[in-house]
Amino acid sequence: MSATARTLFEKVWRAHEVAAETADTPAVLYIDLHLIHEVTSPQAFTVLRQRALKVRRPHLTFATMDHSTPTRTEQVFGGAPIAIEAAARQVRELEVNCAAFGVELLDLRHDRRGIVHIIGPELGLTQPGKTVVCGDSHTSTHGALGALAFGIGTTEVGHVLATQCLLQRKPRTFAINVTGKLPAGVGAKDLILSIIGRIGVGGGTGHVIEYRGDTIRALDMDGRMTVCNMSIEAGARAGMIAPDETTFAYLAGRPRAPQGEDWERVLEGWRALPSDPGARFDREIDIDVSRLEPMVTYGTHPGMVLPIGGAIPERPDDPVFAKSLAYMGFSPGQPIKEHPVNVVFIGSCTNGRLSDLRLAASILRGRKVASGVQMLVVPGSQQVKREAEAEGLDRVFLEAGAEWRESGCSMCLGMNGDLVAKGHYAVSTSNRNFEGRQGVGARTLLASPLTAAACAVRGRVTDPRELM
Amino acid sequence: MEPIRTLRSRTAVLPVSDVDTDQIIPARFLTTTTREGLGKHLFADWRYGPDGALRADFALNHPQAAGCAILVAGNNFGCGSSREHAPWALTDYGFRAVVSTQIADIFRSNSLKNGLVPVIVDPATHRWLLEHPGVEVSIDLETTTLRHPAGEARFPLEPFARYCLMNGVDELGFLLGREAEIAAYEGRAGIR
Repeated sequence: MSATARTLFEKVWRAHEVAAETADTPAVLYIDLHLIHEVTSPQAFTVLRQRALKVRRPHLTFATMDHSTPTRTEQVFGGAPIAIEAAARQVRELEVNCAAFGVELLDLRHDRRGIVHIIGPELGLTQPGKTVVCGDSHTSTHGALGALAFGIGTTEVGHVLATQCLLQRKPRTFAINVTGKLPAGVGAKDLILSIIGRIGVGGGTGHVIEYRGDTIRALDMDGRMTVCNMSIEAGARAGMIAPDETTFAYLAGRPRAPQGEDWERVLEGWRALPSDPGARFDREIDIDVSRLEPMVTYGTHPGMVLPIGGAIPERPDDPVFAKSLAYMGFSPGQPIKEHPVNVVFIGSCTNGRLSDLRLAASILRGRKVASGVQMLVVPGSQQVKREAEAEGLDRVFLEAGAEWRESGCSMCLGMNGDLVAKGHYAVSTSNRNFEGRQGVGARTLLASPLTAAACAVRGRVTDPRELM
Repeated sequence: MEPIRTLRSRTAVLPVSDVDTDQIIPARFLTTTTREGLGKHLFADWRYGPDGALRADFALNHPQAAGCAILVAGNNFGCGSSREHAPWALTDYGFRAVVSTQIADIFRSNSLKNGLVPVIVDPATHRWLLEHPGVEVSIDLETTTLRHPAGEARFPLEPFARYCLMNGVDELGFLLGREAEIAAYEGRAGIR
């Protein structure tokens, strides 16, 4: 074991130290890419105005609108106003702030707009070895490309706008070695849900996870982003995957990726990023996925998850567990399969990419959404929407009886009014099943796009392998 | 930010683990563009009934929880989203410290920037505090010690964060003061 062997995380961290941490002060860490959106940026711009500060590096800052924006085509393109007045004001304020401070914005009708964590990689803004932050916890998504990417609060958004830097204590490292071939019908979403179930929703706190092993290497970029996206649901500061040929092939030719000679030059640096052999992690676990089943959550956090053939656990002496089950309307010992479903949501920064829509469409092709079930398909970006339409996926969804919308966060958190009714059960490809997340009293079951689509067809919690 | 050296208050106890930021303040209240006045939305879906009236069975609505500045919550408080609206809502409501055995990273970072002290205590102290709602507790930042009627416990607090809290220092001022180093880094990295 070499004393100088370093992890992917350590390499990226060290390369961005403006000043290393000391006993008394945190490190000053340089940020290469700052993504902002309408919800967590207004108060940061207010601070800049109050203190007469500029955005230090506007060209390293990039804005989109996704959380409170409508997904109905007539609202986005038809000139109809955003229905929720406060949301409309928030969107307007982002436009004003970006214009005033010289920040590039993909506005509501821009053809490359989308969920911030979908468009960063899609445009090639997110690159291996970069530091990426956003006032949004799912910034961990970008780690799938070998970036160090993490969510920050609005005060820190102001710090990055004003100084392009953050004060950070160095997190610990956590290697999750994943081996084995994923069985048919089981994918990246099931993998990350099973990891969260194993280590718990606080299991990654204080750590940056590096996902390693042959299973991870075999995932396409969309799958890797799904895995890294939900690192935060295990409490981790960030999730990372070493860049490889899959990463480079994904980035080559993207509009904001380096081109020509620049591409050759950066590629050399990117190839040196993976953790060195013998590099030590503060914590390490091994997971074999060769017998993994489709996973579905049954409770009110993503760690309350079980294989789709399983039954709700019994924990008689745990009042918090009982409270969670009461909210969900479930009983200990009850099988999750065959439970009726009211709503199915395909989308979000977790599962709103083209390959997710393809998986959902593969189940729905030639089938119908069950009577009484509302199914919403919301592409992660306008680009994903166009690509899906070019393949005819929109027809598959519409002919099945699903709704096909414009891109945005939508029903993942319901800020734009795309909500699940009180008491209703939603099978959702998003990332959080917290109480009220998709609407007051809404009951969320997190699952993969395959599982969600199968649930839509049957109107009940369904193992997708039965329809494949 | 007001300097904080010692906090003294009775405790309000919320014996729920994994309290996420969607519970602390639901997403529908995030359309605001200011940071003021969010206390009325704190724990909105637990605190208010469907008719908007206060729910008698919610811990913070008990008469003895009124005016408490220290919140003792179950394990792993503040998990979920990065919304700084969560500490804004807690401080606007009147809390100055949150006590748990584990506090989520982004929430902890956001709290420190808003004068909300994240206090991580050992399981035995935590259990005692959960079982004794309303006791008088002091939190001393000088010695990073929490004192309660049956004993005391040290808690970890990163030295710089502690310095900022105790002196009312805002981190942005500190970062702006590192201009020369930031410019030197940008020079080395070829960033203009």
